[in-house]
Amino acid sequence: MNKNLKNKIILIVAVLLVCIYGIIGIPSGFSGKALTAAMGKRIHLGLDLQGGAHLILQVVVVEAVNAETDDTVANIKKDLASASLTAVADKPDPAKPTVIRVGGIGAGKISDVTSLLDSKYSNEYDVSTAADNTLQMTMKPSVEKALEQKTVQQAISAIRDRVDALGVSEPQIQEYGLGDNQILVDLPGVENEQQIESIIQGTNRLEIHPVVGGPYASEQEAATGQGGSIPVDDEVKSFSGVVEAGTPAGSFYVLERAPVVAGNDFRSADPGTNPNTGQREVDFTLTNEAGDKFYDYTSKNVGKSMAVVMNDHIREVANIQSAIRDRGEITGAFSPDEVAALSKLLRTGALPASLKQLEKRFVGASLGADSIRQGVTAAIVGVLVVMVFMLIYYRGSGVNADIALVFNLVILLGVLGFWEGATLTLPGIAGVILTIGMGVDSNVLIFERIREEMRSGKSPSAAVEQGFAHAWTTIFDTHVTTIVSAAILFIFGSGPVRGFATTLTIGLAANLFTAVFVSRVIFDWHVNHLKTGELVSI
Amino acid sequence: MASAMPQDLKSSRALAPAGCFQESCQRVQSSVVGFGWVRINIVYCWGSLSSSYRKGREPVEFFRSVNVDWLRLKWYFLGFSLIFSISGLVSMAVHMHTIGSPVPLGVDFQGGTQVQVRFAQTPDINKIRTATAAAGIKDAKIQAIHDVDQSSGNDVLIALPEQQDESALDAGRAQIVSALNSGYSENPFTVRNVQVVGPTVGHQLEKQALLATLYSLLGMLIYLWFRFQLIYGVAAVVACFHDTLITVGAFALTGQEVSLTVIAAILTLVGYSMNDTIVVFDRIRENLLLSRRESLPDVVNRSINQTLSRTVLTSGLTFLTVLSLYIFGGEVLRGFSFALVVGIIIGTYSSIAVAAPMLVAWQEWRGKSGKATVLPAAKRARS
Repeated sequence: MNKNLKNKIILIVAVLLVCIYGIIGIPSGFSGKALTAAMGKRIHLGLDLQGGAHLILQVVVVEAVNAETDDTVANIKKDLASASLTAVADKPDPAKPTVIRVGGIGAGKISDVTSLLDSKYSNEYDVSTAADNTLQMTMKPSVEKALEQKTVQQAISAIRDRVDALGVSEPQIQEYGLGDNQILVDLPGVENEQQIESIIQGTNRLEIHPVVGGPYASEQEAATGQGGSIPVDDEVKSFSGVVEAGTPAGSFYVLERAPVVAGNDFRSADPGTNPNTGQREVDFTLTNEAGDKFYDYTSKNVGKSMAVVMNDHIREVANIQSAIRDRGEITGAFSPDEVAALSKLLRTGALPASLKQLEKRFVGASLGADSIRQGVTAAIVGVLVVMVFMLIYYRGSGVNADIALVFNLVILLGVLGFWEGATLTLPGIAGVILTIGMGVDSNVLIFERIREEMRSGKSPSAAVEQGFAHAWTTIFDTHVTTIVSAAILFIFGSGPVRGFATTLTIGLAANLFTAVFVSRVIFDWHVNHLKTGELVSI
Repeated sequence: MASAMPQDLKSSRALAPAGCFQESCQRVQSSVVGFGWVRINIVYCWGSLSSSYRKGREPVEFFRSVNVDWLRLKWYFLGFSLIFSISGLVSMAVHMHTIGSPVPLGVDFQGGTQVQVRFAQTPDINKIRTATAAAGIKDAKIQAIHDVDQSSGNDVLIALPEQQDESALDAGRAQIVSALNSGYSENPFTVRNVQVVGPTVGHQLEKQALLATLYSLLGMLIYLWFRFQLIYGVAAVVACFHDTLITVGAFALTGQEVSLTVIAAILTLVGYSMNDTIVVFDRIRENLLLSRRESLPDVVNRSINQTLSRTVLTSGLTFLTVLSLYIFGGEVLRGFSFALVVGIIIGTYSSIAVAAPMLVAWQEWRGKSGKATVLPAAKRARS
């Protein structure tokens, strides 16, 4: 019995030491400040205690789908042209971005067109015949889904790049399970809301489109200039760049809808100075693949114009003087800040689709610090009240209960320190406080039972044994039910509520250990040292 | 060892314990007026704590020998529960009529923008109102926050209703900041906390909260069915429903907002109430196994009396810790701790007043309809 007891005590001390390590690691010193700092490093605080921002963004994937089908339409046209087949390809319904219509097919050529389309696009599209000698191509749902997923992942890595540029420590950017194509962004320690806005909101889509016609003074002029109305694969965009001297006045251009290069085709962008004019400019390079496309386009279109479009506005219209492979410049009357910001945005990757903000929570650091202070105060008061009461009501065994209680807290904090994924939030501190209250229940159950058993005449050791045995089923039942409801909260909750579920679950699980095992060991030790005739102090 | 039993423990078997230490002991015997058949003997033994420790004297013990016929009180319990439930329901109906939801909903469910701003000096709410109105902000709700430690005495909460168009969401915060900057610039401020919830997320959160509650109750029911019998599970779940209803009613009556953390608190108190009920049920099950001759009402009464000490103690201690949270925990957790404060009291009450009588009533109903009248103990017998 004694050896058994000794082993148990060694186990308890080992657990204690491990948990203390979990809480403070190896501290640099033992002053209050050093310990708090050490603890801060180990225990991860939630955003509501640290201060920071929490965002839920929705990726507008339909933009990416549209871009993809626009691209396909352009490719179809090229293919038809090179196969010398006449047909018109377009997207008839803006509400259905996955549907492409190929119409106006020459007489008797429909099978040729069909086989051409089948050979090139049947992997991604379902080709079917529709009324009036037209073909309809619908993007396959699996392809659409894959595209949406890719877009979300690209958005995530682009945001990550931008956030890294901000210098936020331990940001969390991930896909958010609750909805479609949603991203969760947690930025701890962000002081200023404005910082977040400027980076996340700036969804700078940069594209280069071939210019079809312009400049026009108004949209109507642009329409007339194109023969009455704008063709379906073109669009009108307004010009918001600098008008160079000598160009005819006007601020609308008709561009081809499908860009030559866009978004992720840009590999890098840096501020620079134009060697000729001395003006500030942004020097960019394209990826290899995009470089080939660009070379292809520019070599065929020397003398024509192309437009640099940013966020749906034309930033610059440039004349193609020679074939460009993968290096280019964007010039304009930039201020140093503008050129730096633009470069940063381009460099960290334009987003494949724009982002909608669905939810935002921002907690200032001062509120976070206040919350910590208040939570800890409440916890200390709660612990003290319980400890003093147990001492008064259960005397010697009250000491037992108090030791178990403190041990419980140590284990709880230790687990929080070890477990990387667990964060302590303000409801989490409430969970700690609740653990104290509910945890002491186990002790009460056992002690009441022991008192009863002693009253019915059992010896101290028998009373202790019976007390624990009878109380165990109840303790187990109550802990399981609470842990079940905490688990459900964890599944369905988010952020702060999850923190609550985590601390409550860990606390109760630890309580099973401390209230039953540790308490029992202390009782056994106490009973072993009782003189004959002496009773357990309870 | 048996012979070494001291005098005071022997005497405790009688209903009137005599062994109290001489210096300062008070035996209080109270008859609750009107219920002649209830007699509670409470023995308070005051005395110095140290002598209690040293000389191994009588422990402090409330409710050592309680013998209350709880089941006779069931009509009073029913009345009490009905009063609170109905007043809660009425209040919820009134809210439904005036604001469109049974309880005031926090920004988590309702959507909208909520900005907490701290001013350098005491804020003048009217000036803030004029400033926001002048900036064209409609339907702004402005409220000062108070806290126990005066640190947040200058805090104001400004809330804007939900915007259907999500792109307009963040504009709300920017508007508030610029309105204050232009219309109330004499009092410098910092933004402490911003919550912006769009309709998409608001709906998601509502759904989550509802599902969590349903699954929780279902999980409890199944677990209790497994550990006890179905009727035990049903009685416990009914008690939990009762607790939830009264707690939510308390929010309606006091006009407090229900947010996500409040839902978490309500789920926790469901778990707590379940705990409490399980303790009583465990004792009932144990006693049923031990004495097959006693009638069910007697067994139930005895079980409640036996567990009363533990129940009051645990509830009392948990209540004190949660009260500490309510007082010291700050305004962010105010709703959460209020729910727990109410919930713990009601949860304890419901185990005795709702769950236990339901067991007996069910059995009586089965007796009347001719079925077996013995409430079976759980499948797994424990000796």
